[in-house]
Amino acid sequence: MKALVYINTNHFAAKASFEAVTYAKKLGGEVTVVAYGNAAGAEALGAYGANKVLVESSINEADNQQITRLVASAVEATGAEVVIFSHDLVAKAVAPRLSVRLKAGLISGAIALPETGNGFTCKVNVFSGKAFGNVAVKTAVKIISLLPNSIQPENVGGTAIVETFNGNMGAVAIKVMDTKKPEGSIPLPEADLVVSAGRGLKGPENWGIVEDLANVLGAATACSRPVADIGWRPHHEHVGQTGVAIRPNLYIAAGISGAIQHLAGVNGSKVIVVINSDSEAPFFKAADYGIVGDAFEVLPKLTEALKNFKNAN
Amino acid sequence: MNILVCISKSPDTTSKIAFTDGNTKFDENGVQYIVNPYDEWYALVRALELKETIGGNVTIITVGNAADESIIRKALAIGADNAVRIDAEPTDAFFVATQIADYAKKNNFDLVLTGKETINYNGSQVAGMVAEFLDVPFASQASKLDVNGTTLTLEQEIVGGLQIVEVSTPAVVSCAKGMAEQRIPNMRGIMAARTKPLEVIAPSAVEVYTSFESYSLPDAKKACRMIDPSNMAELVDLLHNEAKVI
Repeated sequence: MKALVYINTNHFAAKASFEAVTYAKKLGGEVTVVAYGNAAGAEALGAYGANKVLVESSINEADNQQITRLVASAVEATGAEVVIFSHDLVAKAVAPRLSVRLKAGLISGAIALPETGNGFTCKVNVFSGKAFGNVAVKTAVKIISLLPNSIQPENVGGTAIVETFNGNMGAVAIKVMDTKKPEGSIPLPEADLVVSAGRGLKGPENWGIVEDLANVLGAATACSRPVADIGWRPHHEHVGQTGVAIRPNLYIAAGISGAIQHLAGVNGSKVIVVINSDSEAPFFKAADYGIVGDAFEVLPKLTEALKNFKNAN
Repeated sequence: MNILVCISKSPDTTSKIAFTDGNTKFDENGVQYIVNPYDEWYALVRALELKETIGGNVTIITVGNAADESIIRKALAIGADNAVRIDAEPTDAFFVATQIADYAKKNNFDLVLTGKETINYNGSQVAGMVAEFLDVPFASQASKLDVNGTTLTLEQEIVGGLQIVEVSTPAVVSCAKGMAEQRIPNMRGIMAARTKPLEVIAPSAVEVYTSFESYSLPDAKKACRMIDPSNMAELVDLLHNEAKVI
């Protein structure tokens, strides 16, 4: 199936973008990427299977209405049958708009390639990660928003042709007054490795041992809801039902009991390590590896063991 | 300010998730339905706060059957002025968004608020679809919303950070944590909710775009492997050689 992949501006080298292009490639047809802004690095997506990258370079910032127009123009220009997004905050705003505009059914939060033997169905996460659903799409054009870390990017080599594209994006309706991006830290939803801590850490001044471990691993830091609510850690680090839902390869939780609302945000993790002084903590039931012990002793020891491992490898 | 708040029912967060009829239907046996927390705690409460400071009217709308009126009464008890129920099974997001947009088009709303997603389907679809039907701006996953005349000032999450944005009404906003604090309805609110207007409207006909064909549960997790706290080298070895995540 002919596929079109939307890639966020300046995200040509992001892992989530490689995943989305790999996914499109596996649909078996021609793969076109559409983006706006700076085209630098766009050709590299060829390595993951993109034949062509269309870049609307007359605009550097766009709102979801404008991006919807851009993607709709690209669908028209390419005759794409499937449109792929990485299921991030941009996709959550653009994909539903596009569904209405193109009269195309939307699969939100896909975790696998579609089954096309009998109709077109795709597996998604539902009930906050506690179950899966198989969604059938009945429309001619289909939109799939792919959950990050659901498929492995495959670098097959090659470069894509990059073309400038007129996206007919129209005027901006959402004026950006200010942007705050924490410097240097790894954005949580994109992180492969995450180190998280909760009330068991006893105070914000003790987060050094969490950060030390995260630094050695190259992991992002996260926290439980109570810790964000009392202001020990910023809200954007809160993972759980009402915070961010993440699906890293490795989630290490220290001093978090593992309430059902917390699990809802992390149960997509491939491997969960739980460190808790209470051997009855419910989190151990959801864990792959567990350590009953004091986080203040275990975390530095784990950091040390990882340093030794990194030095040896 | 004339505000429409879209609410959906969702199973209580502690509900046991199971399926029936050959895994094609959610098993409602013993499930307690609540107002989807994002719709209630953030969208509805912020709408009421805005009404209290600048005046106006808060209408709630849901797509559902008569059995779902308990969530409507709850929202009215918290303080919404009136309610609309589109009398239909909410089959998919496109169906729901079409019904809400059709109602919104006939009644001039300055602002349509939703939660950022439901906790059962997690699709984040309805709000964006309604915005496109109405051809108005959509601020998604806003954690703050202030109103000055016809200008909305919002704080919203973006990939890896936060943005402060301005949008003119009419607009659709989906609400995330930070927007407001949960309100517990008081006895006066609960009594008043019984007599507040609830309009029941027949649904518009909609082409089926998507449908849930079946469900499944994750494989049972194998037992947690316990590691001695003094032996972190063993954990590192397991993460490398067995789990292969580092």
